[in-house]
Amino acid sequence: MLTAIGFASVYIAGQSRISGASLTYAVFFLALYLAAHLVARFTVPRADPYLLPLAGLLTAVGLTEIYRLGPANAFKQGLWIVISVAVFAVTLIGLRRDYRVLESYKYLFGIGAIALLFMPLLPGIGQTVNGARLWVRAGGLQFQPGELGKIALIVFLAAYLREKREVLAQGRLKDWGPLLVIWGAAMMVLFVTSDLGSALLYYGIFLAMLYVATARVSFVVVGLGLFLAGAAAVYEGTPHVRDRVTNWLHPWTTHPVYCPFTGGTALRQDCTSYQEVQSLYSIAHGGFGGTGLGSGTFTNAAGQKIIPDLNTDFIYSALAQEIGLIGAAALVLLYMVFVLRGFRVALLANEGFSKLLATGLTFGLALQTFIIIGGILRVIPLTGITLPLVSYGGSSVLSNFLVLAGLMLVSDRANREADGA
Amino acid sequence: MNRQLHRLALVTVLMLVVLVGATTYWQAWAAGGLQDRQDNAIQNVIQFTIERGLIVPENGKVTFAANRRKRVAGQTFFFRRYPTLGLAAQTVGYSTAARSQAGLEQSMNDYLTGSATNLSNALRRTLDRLGGGTVKGNKLVLTLDPSAQRLALKELGSQCGAVVAMNVRTGAVAVLASSPTYDPNLIDQPGGYAKVLKIRGACGGSSALLNRGTAGLYTPGSTFKMVTAAAALDSGKFKPTSAFYDPGYCIDYGKPVSNAGNPDQGGTEVFGHVDLAEGFQHSINSVFCNVGKALGARVILDYAKRFGFYSIPPLETPADERAASGLYVYTKKGRKLYDPKDQNLVDAGRLGFGQERMLVTPLQNLMVAATIANGGVVPRPYVVQRIVAPDGSIIRDTTSSNLGRAITPKTAAELTQMMVSVVQAGTGTAAQIPGVQVAGKTGTAETGVPHVYTAWFVCFAPADNPRYAVAVVLEKQLNGFGGAVSAPIAKAVLENLLRG
Repeated sequence: MLTAIGFASVYIAGQSRISGASLTYAVFFLALYLAAHLVARFTVPRADPYLLPLAGLLTAVGLTEIYRLGPANAFKQGLWIVISVAVFAVTLIGLRRDYRVLESYKYLFGIGAIALLFMPLLPGIGQTVNGARLWVRAGGLQFQPGELGKIALIVFLAAYLREKREVLAQGRLKDWGPLLVIWGAAMMVLFVTSDLGSALLYYGIFLAMLYVATARVSFVVVGLGLFLAGAAAVYEGTPHVRDRVTNWLHPWTTHPVYCPFTGGTALRQDCTSYQEVQSLYSIAHGGFGGTGLGSGTFTNAAGQKIIPDLNTDFIYSALAQEIGLIGAAALVLLYMVFVLRGFRVALLANEGFSKLLATGLTFGLALQTFIIIGGILRVIPLTGITLPLVSYGGSSVLSNFLVLAGLMLVSDRANREADGA
Repeated sequence: MNRQLHRLALVTVLMLVVLVGATTYWQAWAAGGLQDRQDNAIQNVIQFTIERGLIVPENGKVTFAANRRKRVAGQTFFFRRYPTLGLAAQTVGYSTAARSQAGLEQSMNDYLTGSATNLSNALRRTLDRLGGGTVKGNKLVLTLDPSAQRLALKELGSQCGAVVAMNVRTGAVAVLASSPTYDPNLIDQPGGYAKVLKIRGACGGSSALLNRGTAGLYTPGSTFKMVTAAAALDSGKFKPTSAFYDPGYCIDYGKPVSNAGNPDQGGTEVFGHVDLAEGFQHSINSVFCNVGKALGARVILDYAKRFGFYSIPPLETPADERAASGLYVYTKKGRKLYDPKDQNLVDAGRLGFGQERMLVTPLQNLMVAATIANGGVVPRPYVVQRIVAPDGSIIRDTTSSNLGRAITPKTAAELTQMMVSVVQAGTGTAAQIPGVQVAGKTGTAETGVPHVYTAWFVCFAPADNPRYAVAVVLEKQLNGFGGAVSAPIAKAVLENLLRG
């Protein structure tokens, strides 16, 4: 509760500096948080007490920055948060007795995951945004099915690995089959969607869960080797991926190079690596203390946006500019605490499915955070992926609230059983 | 499974720690470098949110650099404009949207944007920012005299050259005019920079961007006789009355160097028996050729150094917009300042009358004249009189200082007398001002093209109580001698300054 009040005050302070009218947002958000808290209190009373406040704080930080970058988007994001909290509540209520029923539908989840991952490829509804085919459009609604596919995949893997872990642990040649299948699927996803980030995310979650389930480091080593080999092959064949790697290694050129956007030549920082470079400038401008919320510079002297996808992929750059090194480090620290609480849930859980589920959900969130922030900071090549709970994007918020619901369910059960014993 | 979980958690935490480390790198370590990059769109915007300080003259109602206020998407931007157009373009410089800068706009940028590392400055800036107000820069008050500056440019007309003038007591630069000039407002317009580059004036030489007064290097010709004479008198080797015989030429390296090489006389003149003062008055090459040989190159160059040669003269403009005067040699990479270890590598005879490989900026020649006027002490030139904070408080007020003594007061007085006779009855009579005693020296340097000369006139007045010194240089003058073409310009500017 203390944390809840703390984040609310941060939120209100941040908003009121922009305009008094936005206080309604703060009050509304606080009410929503209290509703979520009450649902959790009644359905999963013994759940880890830090998870919900942490998630609420991250969401609030995100919403504040989204509001600052464009109030209209904040309204839409607010709607998605309402929907997400509703889904979160329904999930908690529906699965409060025993979420382990999910285990019996594992193949349904497996097929569902694959269907969701490949959905953007369907002609008619599939959409290509920024060179990656990750979107589905139906009516006026745009959706990234991969976000939900990720959760379905984790549920499936948790159930599947729980069942097969002893067999897999023996490391017989024929048991490498499933690993190769998943590897193949990840490569397919990478190849058809041209999205290195998603492929890395799914595959990383899989390897982590496999390692925890089987305790075999060799799986991880061979798995990573295979991934790199596959990625290298795809790198040759997919210009989009190749560009991303080139931009990562050499974002600045001193001589004009070929620019695919115009067909002519330009300095790379004025062409393909423009976003990466400007995002780094944004971060650098923040310095130690930041410019202050609402005082950052995101438009040029003509009033046009400097970085196009600022509230989704690049929200970290916007935040780092406005709240500085102190704020950005604190933000990463929030993720760290959330992730550690998540691993604690996995440690306390006393049977395989719960452990693996909590592991997958936690590690997935951490890896996604690493992929996007690491990409922005040039630790790894940049791939467009949302920052969990903070970025603008309905599917992302929804799926992360499901992650939260999953972790709370597991932790509630673990704590109840620990008391019962 | 718990062992694996512990390890996985450790790896995950390490991944997140890497993110904190990388953020620190970009925000602390690499931030400065990123901010200086030209393609940094944020910095390109930030500069417009700062109300840059004005650049104004101390006297006169004009404004060299001002701001145009414009509101875009709820933010106030300040765009630079230059109301005086080409009046002091090369000195004031420009500051463009692409953050390319020149002149004082470049070298004084930190003051103009209020970011100079000065405690009260930094504090005010932070308060401005926290209060949501506009960051205001500091105003520069220049020593330039707009009316004399305007007159100088008018006199220069379409000719290439420069007029520089200073207060000989303080070193305050009153005129720093360079022709051809350009309109700094053009720089930021589409294709404007290319247009400016094409302005080459009547001479077709260096572009209008060059500040000829401080960076233009010219063969000094006979104006260098001021330095040679200073060395001759100050070293005690010669007196104004030292006798010479002028056969019309001087034997240098076994070959006669004729006075005809000096076009100040308009043909070979033979003066016969003269003294040093007369040699100076009539700018007789053979006299100074013999003085040069007698002194040796080392002594002459050492005296030149005392006047400031071989170092870039101090001024507030960017160092790369000023040049050091001295001997130059041409290498594959361009010309290079040359200070010979062995004085025999230099033709002391030709150096004596300012040919050899000697190149001088108008500012340096002005400093020589100002030093003689100032009793032998070199005044330290400056063009920024004051830096004034937005609240009216003075951040910096330039106090005049000097660069040390070059020659004794006695030598200075003797040189002044010789320079007075140049204007009274020598090569520089065109600079006479009724009622005011003017001291001056002409110079007409060979350019390598027959009948095309670099025409100089360097002077100061009043000779008995000097106030201003003026140096004028005109490039590529066809049959134009310093005494005929440059002296009238110097006279006009001097009159204007003495009146003010």
